[in-house]
Amino acid sequence: MKPFVHRVLFAGSASLVGAFFALPMLWLVFAPFDESPSLSAAVPRPPTLSNFGDLFDNPQVLRSLGNSLLLVGGVVGLVLIVGAPAAYVLSRIRFPGRNLFLYMLLLLSSVITGAAAIVPLYLLIFGLNLIDSFSGVTLALAGGMLPASIFILKDFTDSIPRSYEESARVFGASTFQALRDVVFPVVRPGLAVIAVWTAVQVWGNFLVPFILLRTPDKSPAAVLMYSFYTEGGQPNLRLISAFSLLYTVPILVLYIFVNRRYGFRFHGGIKR
Amino acid sequence: MSKARRRNAGGDLVGSGGAGALVLPAAAVITVFLVVPALWTLYLGLTDRRLTGIEAADPQFVGLENYRNALDDSSFWNSLKVTAAFVFGSAIIGQAVLGFMLAWTFRNWQSWVRRALELLVVVAWIVPGSVVAFLWIAFLDGESGTLNAILGVFGLGDTEWLLDRPLLSIIVFNTWRGTAFSMLLFGAALNSLPPSYLETSQLAGASVRQQLTGVVLPSIKGYILTNLLLISLWTFNDFGPFLLTGGGPGDATEVLPVYIYREAIRFSEIGYGAAISAIMLVINLIIALGYLRAGRSRA
Repeated sequence: MKPFVHRVLFAGSASLVGAFFALPMLWLVFAPFDESPSLSAAVPRPPTLSNFGDLFDNPQVLRSLGNSLLLVGGVVGLVLIVGAPAAYVLSRIRFPGRNLFLYMLLLLSSVITGAAAIVPLYLLIFGLNLIDSFSGVTLALAGGMLPASIFILKDFTDSIPRSYEESARVFGASTFQALRDVVFPVVRPGLAVIAVWTAVQVWGNFLVPFILLRTPDKSPAAVLMYSFYTEGGQPNLRLISAFSLLYTVPILVLYIFVNRRYGFRFHGGIKR
Repeated sequence: MSKARRRNAGGDLVGSGGAGALVLPAAAVITVFLVVPALWTLYLGLTDRRLTGIEAADPQFVGLENYRNALDDSSFWNSLKVTAAFVFGSAIIGQAVLGFMLAWTFRNWQSWVRRALELLVVVAWIVPGSVVAFLWIAFLDGESGTLNAILGVFGLGDTEWLLDRPLLSIIVFNTWRGTAFSMLLFGAALNSLPPSYLETSQLAGASVRQQLTGVVLPSIKGYILTNLLLISLWTFNDFGPFLLTGGGPGDATEVLPVYIYREAIRFSEIGYGAAISAIMLVINLIIALGYLRAGRSRA
C-alpha cells in the first residue's frame, strides 16, 4: 500500500468525474451573461444582463414559461387530488383484489411508458378531440404519473400507525376531521415529494406536448426551446442561453429546497 | 389486535362504499389513459389505419402484414440495433457502473468535495431535457465546442462528434444525464448494509476487490437487479436522443422511439407505428415482469 500514490490516483479520478459532469454545464453558467455568446464556454467580459432584457421583450418566451407553469399546476393538482385518496384507501382498507390491483398498477405503468405510449396516447387524444389542448396534455401526463405516485403515497401512509386515526375517532373526531387534522399533516412530506417529483417531470417533458400540441402559441418552454435551436438559420445564442437559464433555475431551486426539507427517499419496490 | 377489530379499524374512517368512491377516480384515469390506449394499439397494429384519407375513415384489417413489413424493413433492424447499443452502452455500462462507483466512493466520505460532486450529478439529472440537449450540442460542437477546445491542448480535437461519432455521443450524453438515479439507488443500498459486514472482511484483510465480490455485491444483488431493469426500461423508451441528433446523421442514432415517431406521427402510418409500438410494449412487459419478480423474490 502506498498511501500517497493512492491519494493522487483518487484525487485524479475524482476530478475527472467532476470535470465530466461540470464541463457541459459551464456554457449554461457563462453564456447567458455574455454580450455575444458563442458555442464555447468562456467567462464573459464584462458580464452583462442585457440578454435577459431581450428575453423579457420576447412575448413567445414568457408565454411558453406560463404554459409550462399551467401544465405543471394542472398535472400536480390532478395527481394529488386523484392519487392521494386512492393511496389512502389502498393503504388502509383490505378489499378483495387489492393486491392484484396494486400489482397491475405497477405492471401497467412500467409497460406503457415513454415512447411505447406515444402512438396509443396520440390516438386516444385524437379520438377524444383533445389534440392541441392543454387538457389533453394534462390528462395524458397525469395518467402516466398517477400509478407511481399512488405507490409512493401508499408507502408513506403505510408508515403511519393506524392508532393515530383510531384515537382521533375515539375522541369523537368526524371522518373529515380525522383526515384533515391527523392523516394530512403526517403524509404532508409524501405529498410534497410527489408534487415536486411530478413538477420536475412535467416541467421538463418534451415528448407529450411536442406530439399533442400544434399551435406554436401553446408550446411549453421545453418545446419552444427545441424549436429555437432547430429552426433554420443561425440560432440566436443570446436568446437561447438566457432562456435556458431562466427555464432551468426555478425547477432546480424547487428540487433542492424540497430535497433539503424532506429528503428524497426510495420507496416501494425499490427500497423501504 | 383481533381480526374483527382490525377490519373495523380500516373501515372506521371511510366505509367500503366510501373506499370505492375514493379509488374510482384514479382507476378511471388510469384505465382511460393507460389500459385503453394500449389495447387499442394492439388492435390498430393489425390494420392499415392512417391519420388522414380513406384509411382513416375506414381502416381495413390486414392481419400480421405490418409485422411482416417491419421484419422486412432494414431501417427497423437498424433501429433495433441502435437501441440495443444505446441501452447497453448508456444504461448498463454507463449509468449503472459509474453510479455504483460514485456511490461506493461516497459511502464514508464526508467532505464538501463529495457534496459538490453529488450535487453536480443530480443537477445533470434535473435540468430540463431540451436544455441539456442544447448544452451537449454546444459542448460537442466541432469548431467551437468546449470538448474540442480541451482536446486541442493535447493536439487532438478536430472531431465533429455528432456527425463522426453519433452513437458514442448519445451514449455518453445519456450516461451523463441519468447516472444520478443509479448513484442514489446504490447509495441507499450500501447504506442498508450492516457496517459490521465490511468491518469483518476488512479485519480479515480482504482487498477492495475481495470485499466487493465477496460481501458487497452479493448482499445488494436485489438492488442491482432492480436498478438494471428500471434503467433499461427507461432508456429503451427514452426519446432524449431525438433532441440531440434528431435520429441522424442518416439513421445512425434512430432509436426505436424516434423510428416510431417518424413512421407514425410524421408519415402518419398509424397502423405500422402501432405495430412497432406493440413490439416495444412486449419488450417492456418482459423487462417489467423480470423487475417485479426480482422485487418479490427479495421481499
